[in-house]
Amino acid sequence: MHPAYSVIFFTTATGAGYGLLACLGLWGGLGLIDAGFWFRFISLGLALGLISAGLLSSAAHLGRPERAWRAFSQWRSSWLSREGVAAMATFVPAGLFSAGWALLGKDGGWVAAMGLLSAIGATVTVSTTGMIYASLKPIVQWSSRFTLPVYLIFAAMTGGVLFNALLSLFGLASTPVLALAFALTVVGWSWKVATWRHNDALGIGTTLNSATGLKGGEVRSIEWPHTEENYLLKEMGFRIARKHGARLRLIAQIFAFGLPLALLAAAFWLSGPVWLAAVLSIAAATAQLAGMLVERWLFFAEAKHVVTLYYGR
Amino acid sequence: MTCLPASTERKLGLVIDLDTCVGCQACVTSCKEWNTGGHMAPLTDIDPYGGRPDGVWFNRVHSYEHVTEAGGRTVHFPRSCLHCEEPACVTVCPTGASYKRTSDGIVLVDEDKCIGCKLCSWACPYGAREFDTDVGVMKKCTLCVDRIYNDNIAPEDRVPACVAACPTSARHFGDLGDPDSAISQLVAERGGVELMPELGYKPTNRYLPPRARTENGAKAAAPALETLKAEGGFLGWVDRMLS
Repeated sequence: MHPAYSVIFFTTATGAGYGLLACLGLWGGLGLIDAGFWFRFISLGLALGLISAGLLSSAAHLGRPERAWRAFSQWRSSWLSREGVAAMATFVPAGLFSAGWALLGKDGGWVAAMGLLSAIGATVTVSTTGMIYASLKPIVQWSSRFTLPVYLIFAAMTGGVLFNALLSLFGLASTPVLALAFALTVVGWSWKVATWRHNDALGIGTTLNSATGLKGGEVRSIEWPHTEENYLLKEMGFRIARKHGARLRLIAQIFAFGLPLALLAAAFWLSGPVWLAAVLSIAAATAQLAGMLVERWLFFAEAKHVVTLYYGR
Repeated sequence: MTCLPASTERKLGLVIDLDTCVGCQACVTSCKEWNTGGHMAPLTDIDPYGGRPDGVWFNRVHSYEHVTEAGGRTVHFPRSCLHCEEPACVTVCPTGASYKRTSDGIVLVDEDKCIGCKLCSWACPYGAREFDTDVGVMKKCTLCVDRIYNDNIAPEDRVPACVAACPTSARHFGDLGDPDSAISQLVAERGGVELMPELGYKPTNRYLPPRARTENGAKAAAPALETLKAEGGFLGWVDRMLS
């Protein structure tokens, strides 16, 4: 599948944004963070900014962005429509939570309720994003039991690491949050490695025989219907060189998991000044987001659509 | 609505005979010619006379070599929308632009509602949908919905343009939901198959497999046009004198 930059940015940014929103909604709403106005304002601004920038990027990917409002109508059948509805619905509790927690400086009560609803909305929205891919039968790497959890795990992981970085930056470092960010990164790494292992061993049930209805023997493409690449080949027929795939997997693992784990461990063990832990935590979050962009690029580039069988690919 | 009808009154579709298709591309050009002025017009071409031509086509003919124990055989394979009974391209559509008609089962796109998200083309395993980068919307085969019900053209022409154009009658059009229709009888008689049945899209269109080989075909070694044995009589004498 063609890795469109707008969709890569969209899924990575909204994942981190919703993860951070869920963390702030739960910790903030329950009054577990003794934070001042600026932490509340900047961290919520970052979460909602990542979400909004991602959603705008996804709209920019459309052929007719001015008609994007129509996408809210078919939630009965379409995961993409459900994603749109869930994303918009989540802005309601998130907006009220922002007003109560950040602007009015309140904790508990209705603010906690709105925080909890924001976290639920974030989880539902990320799930709908995962289901868009998980429900596509022509792409076996996506229509597997690994796809939905990977979106949820990565949203929690990037959100958690970002949450930890913001807490450190404002001198509010919390060992449980640091431990959680570390644990989520371990889970994310394990899940991604398991997914890659599953995909590499995957046998594709659909063959050129079943695609053409020609039974038995071998079917070989000897002539395409066209001389140049068409929409199908540009969009669905994207291929990645195997050696680049292996290298990019390594790069994704170093930046998304290895480096953040090392930096988070250093932030925990080094008994240096407070600013050092903050720098390490911010570096962990930055490296992880960069690594996630590579991982998401691979998610598309390594996915094979069955229509490419018709072209002998 | 992108929810699918529980059943359709008819199941209009195509049956393509892989035994008689000669890969002439007449259906391809005829489809393009009709549809670039039809229901889903235009079928935009990008850089048509340049080095990297691209464009929207509803029908593409591939050529394959099918190698079995009986030997190799070239099979020309027209590929277009199969108007599935379970079209995921319709259910994934977030706007309601894609729909399946209850009356005849044809899958269509309302171009005024399409936002060009391309998700339907990802959901189709058959590559039936092609994006028009110029207009910014998705396009697909209409089963010539603007021909088959068209009172302004002669009754015999009220078939999809690809069917009308086929010089070997490899393409057939009709109601595959009616077991007594000529097209359903043809499928039953020839053992027509659906493509990628394992994915569960339940395509309406059927493909007729190539017939088994016979020994009745032309032999590679044709008989000589002239006898090699020397002729006798007067003509034989002339032949010998002139040789």
